[in-house]
Amino acid sequence: MRPLFGPAPLLPGFRLALGCALVYLSLLVLLPLSGLAFKASQLTVAEFWAIASGERALASYRVTFGASLLAASINTVFGLIVAWILVRYSFPGKRLIDALVDLPFALPTAVAGITLATLYAGNGWIGRYLEPLGLKIAFAPPGIVVALTFIGLPFVVRTLQPVIEDIEPEVEEAAASLGASRLQTFVRVLWPALLPALVTGFTLAFSRSIGEYGSVIFIAGNMPLISEITPLLIISKLEQYDVVGATALAVVMLIISFVMLFVVNGLQWWAATRHGARAAGGARR
Amino acid sequence: MSIEIRDIGKRFGSFVALHDVSLHIPTGELVALLGPSGCGKTTLLRIIAGMETADSGQVLFAGEEATHVHARDRNVGFVFQHYALFRHMSVFENVAFGLRVKPRRLRPAEAEIRRRVSDLLQLVQLEWLADRYPAQLSGGQRQRIALARALAVEPRVLPLDEPFGALDTKVRKELRRWLRRLHDEMHISSVFVTHDQEEALEVADRVVVMNQGRVEQIGSPDEVYTNPASPFVYQFLGNVNVFHSRVHGVWAEVGREHTAAVSAGEATAFVRPHDIEIEHRPVAGSLQATVQEVHAIGPLVRVELAHDSELIEVELTRERADVLALAEGQQVWLKPRQLRVFATPPPLLEEGGSGI
Repeated sequence: MRPLFGPAPLLPGFRLALGCALVYLSLLVLLPLSGLAFKASQLTVAEFWAIASGERALASYRVTFGASLLAASINTVFGLIVAWILVRYSFPGKRLIDALVDLPFALPTAVAGITLATLYAGNGWIGRYLEPLGLKIAFAPPGIVVALTFIGLPFVVRTLQPVIEDIEPEVEEAAASLGASRLQTFVRVLWPALLPALVTGFTLAFSRSIGEYGSVIFIAGNMPLISEITPLLIISKLEQYDVVGATALAVVMLIISFVMLFVVNGLQWWAATRHGARAAGGARR
Repeated sequence: MSIEIRDIGKRFGSFVALHDVSLHIPTGELVALLGPSGCGKTTLLRIIAGMETADSGQVLFAGEEATHVHARDRNVGFVFQHYALFRHMSVFENVAFGLRVKPRRLRPAEAEIRRRVSDLLQLVQLEWLADRYPAQLSGGQRQRIALARALAVEPRVLPLDEPFGALDTKVRKELRRWLRRLHDEMHISSVFVTHDQEEALEVADRVVVMNQGRVEQIGSPDEVYTNPASPFVYQFLGNVNVFHSRVHGVWAEVGREHTAAVSAGEATAFVRPHDIEIEHRPVAGSLQATVQEVHAIGPLVRVELAHDSELIEVELTRERADVLALAEGQQVWLKPRQLRVFATPPPLLEEGGSGI
C-alpha cells in the first residue's frame, strides 16, 4: 500500500477516491450506527443489561442466531452442490437454474415469507404431508430456518461460483494420474481450495439471516420465547414507543454481528496467507 | 516399459479425432507426437494416460491389456501444459502428493517420503524452493515441479502434454535440453505432445507426425526431416517451396527422373529453401527468377524471388550470399540440389508450413 502523502501514484485520483469512499461509508453506515450508540448511551449500564438480558430478549437471540446458523449451514452444503453443477456441467435448463438462484435477491421478502408459509402450513402443498409425521414447519421455529435458508442461498452460490471456475479440471486429472481416489481428490485438493470461499459464503448468508425480518415474521408464528426473532422484538418495542429499549437490543445485535464478521474475516485472512502470497501470485499468472 | 497402441479410434460427436491409430513405443524411448492443433495428438496422449476412453482399439502396457484401466491405476505421471499444480500446497507437498495418497500398506513412512521428495527436488534442481507455494514460482520452475511430482510415483510411462507450450522461448529451449538429459538418466518411456517441430526434432528419439487423426509418418527426427513420407510431413517440418507441374514443368520433370515412383499426371515438387542453388547464368534444369528481397537473419540470408507470380524462398549461407552479391530486381537462375515429387496434389497448409 502507498503511503497517504507519498509521491504521486501512477493511477491518479487516489485521494479523491478515498475521500468519496469515506464520506459514502460515513453517511450510510457510520452515522446511523453512531446515532444508535448515542441513543443507547442514554441508558445506564444496569438498565442496558436488564433490557439486553431479559428473558424474552435472550430467547430471541437463541432463535435468531440458532436459526441463522442452521440455515447458513444448510446453504453451505447445498449451495456448494448447486454452484458445482452450474460451473462444471452443462445440461438443458442450466441458464434457467442459474437465474433462479438470484430470485431470493430480487423477490420481496414478505412475498417469500407468505409463499413459504402457505406451502408449509398444515394444509399447504408440502405441509400436509409433513404434518401427519409430526413435523410442524410453518408457524414454528423450523419455519424460520426454511425462510432463512431461502434468502441465504444466493450468497453461498454466488461466492463459490467464481472460485470453482478458477479450479482447473486438470488439477483433478493430475490428482487422479498420481493415484488419488475421488475421495482423496476431494479432501486433499478441492476442499482446501474451496474452504475460504465456503467460509465467506457461509458468513454472508449468516449475516444476512440475522438481519432478516420480512420473510420470517410471516412464517414464524412469532410466539414470544419460542419463535420470536430479535428484529421482531425490536419492532414490537418500537411500537410500544420504547425507543431506548429497542436501541439497546439493536446495539447487542450490532456487537455480536460485528465480532462474528471480524473473526470470520480474520479466518479468511489466515487462510489466504497460509496458501502463500496469493495476491502476489495472482498478478503473475 | 513399452506401450502398444492398436487401432485406436475416437470421435467427439461427429468429429473424428482419431482414425484407427496404431503405434509402438519401445521401453525407455522419448517419443514426440507432432502435428497441428486439432490433429488428435493430445487425445491420443490422454487415451494413453487413461483420462479419455477410446471408442475402439486397445492400449497395451508392456504387453498387458490396459485399455479400460482407470487413470489412477495406470501408474502414469502426467505433465500438463499449464502445470496443474495444487495451489494450496507447498512445493514439497505437491511433490509428496502421489506418495501420500497411496493405500496405507503401500505408503512409505514419513521419513522415506521426505527423503524421496528431497531427492526429486534435487533432481529438478529446485531444492531451495521446497517451502514455497506454486504462485511464488516462475513458469519454468512450476513445470519442473510438476515433473518432479509426476516422477514421485515412479511412473511406468510419462506423458507430457505440450510441457513447454506456456513458457517463453529462452526458458523453453533450456528446459527441453534439460528434459532430454533427465530422460537419459531416468529411462522412463516418455511421450510428449507438441506442435513445435523444432522441439520435436531436437528432443525426441522418435517423432510421430500426425494429421487429421491419422499418423502420417513415424521415424527418427532425421528421417522425418530429410525423407518425409507425405506432402503434409514435408510442409509441416520446416519451410518448403511447393511447385506444381503445370506451372513449373521443368522442375517436376527434373524430380521425376529422381523419383521413379511418380507416374504421369499431376505432380508436385517440394524443395526446402536451403536446397536451392542460385546461379547467375542458366544451367540445365534451372528456373529463371527475379530477386525481390534479401534479408540477413543471423547466420543465414533469406532471399525471396519471384517466378511469374509465385514466390520462392531460398536460404543461403552468408559466405555464398557474399559471393553472389544479389541485388533486388536481378535476374537469376535457380537449381534444386534436392527435391521430392509427389503425385497427388498436397493439402496446402497456410503459409506453406509452420517454419520458424
